Amino acid sequence: MDDNPTCPVPRWRGRTALLLAVLVASVLVSLRFGPHRLSWADLFQLWMPSASGHAVTARETVATLIYGIRLPRIVAGLAVGAALSVAGASYQGLFRNSLVSPDILGASAGAAFGASIGILFSWSILGIQAAAFVFGLIAVGTTCVLSRSIGGAHFALRLVLTGMVIGSLFAAGISVIKVVADPYSKLPAITFWLMGGLSSVTARDTWFLLPPLVLGVTLLLALRWPLNTMALGEEEARALGVPTGLIRVLILLGATLITSASVAVGGIIGWVGLMVPHLARFWVGPNHRDLLPTSLLVGAIYLLWADNLARWLFSVEFPLGIVTCACGVPAFIVLLRRSQQSWAS
Amino acid sequence: MLLELENLSCGYTRRPVLSGVNLTLHGGEFFCLLGPNGSGKSALLKTLAGVLKPLAGRVRAGANGRSWLAYVPQAHAPLFSFRILDMVVMGRTSRWPLWSGPGEADWTAARAALVQVGMEGFGERLYTEISGGERQMVLIARALAQEAQFLILDEPASSLDFGNQLRMLQTLRRLATSGIGILMATHHPEHALRCATRAAIVKEGRLLPPGAPCEVISPEMLESLYHVPFSISEVPDKQQKPVRVCIPQLD
Repeated sequence: MDDNPTCPVPRWRGRTALLLAVLVASVLVSLRFGPHRLSWADLFQLWMPSASGHAVTARETVATLIYGIRLPRIVAGLAVGAALSVAGASYQGLFRNSLVSPDILGASAGAAFGASIGILFSWSILGIQAAAFVFGLIAVGTTCVLSRSIGGAHFALRLVLTGMVIGSLFAAGISVIKVVADPYSKLPAITFWLMGGLSSVTARDTWFLLPPLVLGVTLLLALRWPLNTMALGEEEARALGVPTGLIRVLILLGATLITSASVAVGGIIGWVGLMVPHLARFWVGPNHRDLLPTSLLVGAIYLLWADNLARWLFSVEFPLGIVTCACGVPAFIVLLRRSQQSWAS
Repeated sequence: MLLELENLSCGYTRRPVLSGVNLTLHGGEFFCLLGPNGSGKSALLKTLAGVLKPLAGRVRAGANGRSWLAYVPQAHAPLFSFRILDMVVMGRTSRWPLWSGPGEADWTAARAALVQVGMEGFGERLYTEISGGERQMVLIARALAQEAQFLILDEPASSLDFGNQLRMLQTLRRLATSGIGILMATHHPEHALRCATRAAIVKEGRLLPPGAPCEVISPEMLESLYHVPFSISEVPDKQQKPVRVCIPQLD
């Protein structure tokens, strides 16, 4: 571990232990509550069948509920929240802009376009997810190729501006699909999917989701120190011997994998990649050595509770994207007010 | 010889702002580069630091290439407020694999560099919460943490007050005395006259022949560079040593 050896008790250990405890407690609470409420005894019985005399059929019902419905959804929520937060923190460091989120290069818009095509042509769930993932990659790839072909200085700025253009193009494409879609079946499905949500996540979806997320997060966590130097500016990083072009490509690749896979499974879940890194930075500072792991854990907990609220608040489930936005906006404003002095340049 | 420039051309686009630069710099030398804005001083320094690619010619630097050189930019305020020890240890980024981080030797070198510039108590403070002069010292410490034999400084005094300018120059002089080469671009002829062992003028896309500062920096040369009449006088300092000062003629 590259922690500062002068620090007598590494702070990251206490922080990580606290967050992990909150995470485990959150998962247990999330497993219990839902339309069919389970008791602690039900959960205990599931994992320790010999401990009490529950009937086998009751245990099977609980197992189906936990392993078939709630656990995949919880795993997906944790994974998407953690990954989007790490991607957001990495993008903010790379572009030296704390208002950047993982979808800045058009990944979300591209993935949403792909999913809309899948819904329009009545593809299977797997087909819709694959289309979303592929179009997310296509959108970011187009952004990168276009910004490079334009040439000139300030590559990062060109990249962000081109990303906005490509994002707008795919958003227009989604509008076209909505216009031609059947207003009684396809249009509501597209609209609801775009609002984001994990209600239809299955165990198979988590297997689809986890490999790109794990790959992307591992890549970004590994680049924590080069990201620190990139956050000082590309020129300065190059003078310090950092291969800035390679680092930029790797970070874009990791964040794009994460964003496309997340949108493919859960639709557009906004604000997580923007707000959570701010919260983590406010707590542990801007060093990506601490910021990325903290963002990962805070993001996982945050999205799990946002999904819980989406499930519990009303009798009908609420779209997750609306909940993350409703929670994210006020939290972001409070954070901005409190941390303005420490971040101001 | 520590740093040798052979027929070097440099610029930000394909069009060179400075060409045909031939120069040899030695360890322990304090070399000042003077010239008006846009003359190509920064382009030359960034080319030496590896930030820009040479448009022509080549740079030969010590036995280990560019690891012998460290670039010190102007003091700045980054968006994110890093701890000062983290800022300094980042100077050693090229010494560990991309996927790894600093080890014990790196932290030790970073703390030693802070001691070298007289900022040993500053390690835990935040970079954005110290003064401009202190930030410049942190950037010099970061260059020293690289264990560089040559420091390249781009107008380091430009945003510093008078006192901080002097403290920085004293630090650079001390480093030069200890054997570290200094190449500094400056807009202050008096800094070159006071501290440099050699100086050179960048003018109209060319590097003029270097020499002793008192020979290179003449009233006529300053007038041709800045289009203001100058005189240079010799005055005694507190220890009665003669010091050259530039006096511009204002209307």
